[in-house]
Amino acid sequence: MTAALSLQDVSCTFVSRDDRSQRYTAVSNVTLDVAPGEFVSVVGPTGCGKSTLLNVAAGLLEPSSGAVRVFGEALVGINRRAGYMFQTEALMPWRSARDNVLAGLQFRGLAEKDAAALADDWLKRVGLTGFGDRYPHQLSGGMRKRTSLAQTLVLDPDIILMDEPFSALDIQTRQLMENEVLELWAAKRKAVLFITHDLDEAIAMSDRVVVLSAGPASHPIGEFVIDLARPRDVAEVRVTPRFIDLHKAIWDVLREEVLKGYAQQKRAA
Amino acid sequence: MWNAIRPTTRNLRIWQVGVLVILFLLWHVLTKPGLIPPLFFDSDNDAKFFFGEPVKILLRIWDWFIVDRDIYQHLWVTLFETVLAFAIGTVSGLIMGMWLALSPLAAAILDPYIKAMNSMPRVILAPIFAVWFGLGIASKVALGFTLVFFIVFFNVYQGVKEVSPTVLASARMLGASRRQLLRHVYLPSATSWVFSSLHTSVGLAFVGAVVGEYLGSSRGVGYLILQAEGTFDINTVMAGILVLTAFALVLDGIVGRVERHLMKWQPRAGETEKL
Repeated sequence: MTAALSLQDVSCTFVSRDDRSQRYTAVSNVTLDVAPGEFVSVVGPTGCGKSTLLNVAAGLLEPSSGAVRVFGEALVGINRRAGYMFQTEALMPWRSARDNVLAGLQFRGLAEKDAAALADDWLKRVGLTGFGDRYPHQLSGGMRKRTSLAQTLVLDPDIILMDEPFSALDIQTRQLMENEVLELWAAKRKAVLFITHDLDEAIAMSDRVVVLSAGPASHPIGEFVIDLARPRDVAEVRVTPRFIDLHKAIWDVLREEVLKGYAQQKRAA
Repeated sequence: MWNAIRPTTRNLRIWQVGVLVILFLLWHVLTKPGLIPPLFFDSDNDAKFFFGEPVKILLRIWDWFIVDRDIYQHLWVTLFETVLAFAIGTVSGLIMGMWLALSPLAAAILDPYIKAMNSMPRVILAPIFAVWFGLGIASKVALGFTLVFFIVFFNVYQGVKEVSPTVLASARMLGASRRQLLRHVYLPSATSWVFSSLHTSVGLAFVGAVVGEYLGSSRGVGYLILQAEGTFDINTVMAGILVLTAFALVLDGIVGRVERHLMKWQPRAGETEKL
């Protein structure tokens, strides 16, 4: 079966604008496949180039070498079949929640009435009925994330890219959102590439967890299939023995990299 | 007693008017010949000669608007010049600012020239504009335009540069074309910067119109002031200044209204986050 998203031998080297000899290789020789309907998480220490990888998959960043394939086709420019949920605020502050959700539909030239109806439907699905007319600054952090989620999913993308989408939320809101995302995902079964630094979150949500080494030139150093039964509740699944076993196995690989990454950042500071 | 009239947010307007009344009373007392002995000047009539008399000034304005009704033609000319300079300056500042912010190469080439034009005291262009465009409306509009344009231009330039990269990336992922990015991301993001500049530029559009009239014209409030000054009619000069100030306030108020309407997505200072 063709992978929904396939990174083949991808490397990204950034060159300093002021000094051409200053180079930094964020990721090197990364090969990663996400099958249609598969939920894959990438975990790694801070600053290991997780977001770089996601930007490459989104087509926002061109890799220095290697190839990106989307359903077998080489990716040129923006990845049209992917939706991207950003780590930081990505809503347009000058648009109401509804207008933010329908933005993608509007860009695609859908009639205003149909777009508004679809947007309202999605606002309802993420539990924001009645909040469509609010501007982002009038919504709480969790509500803004829900709006972002609706904005991404209303376009029904075949691939969903998520960059630590819940890292700014408190733990309760976070578990609620994680369950909601799992529920929406289970209904549609899209390919998901999920970036996080939270191992618990990665295991609780994914089919497969990929561990990246510490930067620079980070690359996958371990891959774990998560064979926990679905549907899962992210809070309950955390206390099952299998979860704890998996957590221990992955953490054994990850711990050394986290320490390495921490030591490097300390040296640089 | 004091508790009843103490300044609060509710009687703010009354207090604002009160300050105006007190200022006028003070002005009247200090300039009316014979009311108080001259403190600073040699003669009783000097204060009124230099500063005018508020009662006569207000009567002058009354005559202009109600009795003789001869100020309207001058006022319309000045307002027309102001609004025209303001509109043309704002729109071209917006277009140029967007264009240069989005094409870094053009910006790099034009950079020294823009800096030079901005730091030049542009009011000295007025005589040149009078030669080029004559003594009619066009030369005043041109002067006001040069004053307004740069303020709006620099603000739009800055505004486009400061668009959140995440919002931009997000819009691109949602499928926005270059045109749609311009319309739905860059433009709204720049408008908040534009509005902060519009309050300054509406005043400068007025400066352009009045200075232009002052230097050579046959109509307009600036022309009236020039005429009065020629005959040392300080009351009429002051009356002209008051009328201009009042109308500048009105224009500024209109800009503020439009701003509040278009910028309602912005959190205001002091407004708590709802929910």
